Amino acid sequence: MIRGRALQFLRRVAAIVEKDIAAELHSKEVVSAMLVFSVVALMIFSFALDLRGEMAEAAAPGVLWATVVFAGTLGLSRSLAREQQSGGMEGLLLAPVDRSAIFFGKAAGNFVFMGVVEVALLPLFSALFDVPLLRADVLLVLVLGTVGYAAVGTLLAAMAVNTRAREVMLPVLLLPLAVPVLIGAVQATRGLVEGATLAEVGSWIRILVVYDLVIVAVSLLTFGSVVEE
Amino acid sequence: MGRWRRDEGDVVLLAASGVAVMAALGMVFLYAPREATMGDVQRIFYFHVASAWVGFFAFFVTCVAGVGQLVTGARRWDMVSLSSVEVGLTFITMTVITGSLWARPVWGTYWTWEPRLTISAVQLLIYVAYGMLRASVESPERKARYGAVYGIVAFVTVPLSWFAIRWWRTIHPDILTGGEGMAITPRMTLTLVVAVGAFTLLYAAVLRLRVSLERARDRLTRVRLNLERR
Amino acid sequence: MIEARNVTKSFGPRTALAGVDLSIAEGELVTLVGPNGAGKTTLLRILATLSRPSSGTVRIGGLDASRDGERVRAEIGFLSHQTLLYDELTGEQNLRFYARMYEVASDRARIGEVLERVGLGMRRHDRVETLSRGMKQRLAVARAVLHHPRLLLLDEPYSGLDAEAADRLTDLLVELGRERRTILLATHRLGRGVSVGQRVLILHQGRVVYDQPRGAIELPGFAQLYRAMTSQEP
Repeated sequence: MIRGRALQFLRRVAAIVEKDIAAELHSKEVVSAMLVFSVVALMIFSFALDLRGEMAEAAAPGVLWATVVFAGTLGLSRSLAREQQSGGMEGLLLAPVDRSAIFFGKAAGNFVFMGVVEVALLPLFSALFDVPLLRADVLLVLVLGTVGYAAVGTLLAAMAVNTRAREVMLPVLLLPLAVPVLIGAVQATRGLVEGATLAEVGSWIRILVVYDLVIVAVSLLTFGSVVEE
Repeated sequence: MGRWRRDEGDVVLLAASGVAVMAALGMVFLYAPREATMGDVQRIFYFHVASAWVGFFAFFVTCVAGVGQLVTGARRWDMVSLSSVEVGLTFITMTVITGSLWARPVWGTYWTWEPRLTISAVQLLIYVAYGMLRASVESPERKARYGAVYGIVAFVTVPLSWFAIRWWRTIHPDILTGGEGMAITPRMTLTLVVAVGAFTLLYAAVLRLRVSLERARDRLTRVRLNLERR
Repeated sequence: MIEARNVTKSFGPRTALAGVDLSIAEGELVTLVGPNGAGKTTLLRILATLSRPSSGTVRIGGLDASRDGERVRAEIGFLSHQTLLYDELTGEQNLRFYARMYEVASDRARIGEVLERVGLGMRRHDRVETLSRGMKQRLAVARAVLHHPRLLLLDEPYSGLDAEAADRLTDLLVELGRERRTILLATHRLGRGVSVGQRVLILHQGRVVYDQPRGAIELPGFAQLYRAMTSQEP
């Protein structure tokens, strides 16, 4: 009985993710916006901070995550705005679907979009900063950081999209809450790049994991209150 | 409406906090000893820590009020929430300013990435974001709901940010600060406790006044609407 | 099918519904008319469980709407003035998505069936953004009936439709009505509304002020009655 419900839940989450991917494959607006912005941001960081040689290496993890975080706000806004367009969110709420399935579906979709952009950025960063970033442990940190960020970002974007300021509201709301991710992910990445093992950057990984668990739980619990009237 | 005590409570609390703040001032300037390394400037520390504590406590109250709002939907929780944010914002601003004033003569710079100061700056930004969120939403029902959710989620990240910042600072200690370098005596501890208590009382008093203001606003809106209907 | 008792809804100090009692039996085709701001959309949204009433109870198909939301929603088809369709996806993709959300059995066949029903079989692989307003509305109807709902709630379905499209919609609704589905249609367009429904209700300033079977109404007189009722103060 419970297994049946769990499968049903997963099927619905999968349906939402697939729907988002299908829409994105046509319009490509979320991923392309994030990618273009990331490349531009990268260039601006390089010019503004005069990143060369050793400075570039030291700055790489920070610039990477700053870019991911800012580009993420774009993607999250667009993704939730798409639901708002012709009342898609209403359509979701009308269905006999648990609100948490809607949350997981949207958050997972956002995670996928951010992930695609991040994976595309890594080789670019590795080349530009002359830092080997295409490694499994760095990817793990990327995943851990993105999970929490996508989760709370989905929750806050669902609110932001209904405000007067719309897209502009999201970074204001989201960024102060992303401090643990930013610090944890950057420090972990830096440690790994400088030769530490995963165990040695363990305390940062722990912060990311705790953050992910707590923030996903809280977002899940409050998402219903955000989308329902 | 009957759940709130009436104006007598407001007056008592205000008087009590007035007395407490006077006492704290007295203690800070007369009772607490002159600090060995930093001199009289160090006395700002009491207000800095006290307002930092209140800033955080106000945030906690906002979070609890948010939960109350989501669970019951009663207007009074929302009033407490937004009032606490406003008052808390004031205290957190005081924290940042006193921290900055303290940093300058002692460490030669207006800003250090010292954990308490940094986390206060983060909380300040969150408070401001909360205010912007509410201002950007038309419907009062949504204002309350969104405010509640943000208050809860944001508060939950603060302890995590605190730890992250602290660990970050211990591996990259400021060459300028390198720890607080204060010698704490029992007299200082007592003064600190009194200062914290006084500020907390002040917070409670101002919070109640702010909530009363909000209730009066509600009544005014209701009266206006009734007049328009005729 | 619908049992609503003393439903109120307030948005802060503003009251949208001031105590609505509604009783609609299974298979009835009811039209709800009222001027803009009367509370029609609010009421329909509450019945569709999209919104919670400030007070009062709503029972749909014998189930409590606030407690058994999920089961109630499985029985409801909702048509809003928004299409609730994803513009970048095709008609078929949209219906396939909703079929999965509503767990519709043998969805391929069912999708083909409803598309034919609304006359969009030829356009199924076209993106929604390329369809005209009238076609979008028909696709929205297809979406609304995809899961065999026992109750259909229609909020201003005629908005933005030209006469021909509106006629086609009316025919569709009458057809659906004959299938023993319960239909509640809200509109501010008197002529269409009254011609479709078997029973007509007037909603004014958050209250039901008129409730008669259509047989008791002749159109010209009704228009005057409507004007009189909706300019009254409560």
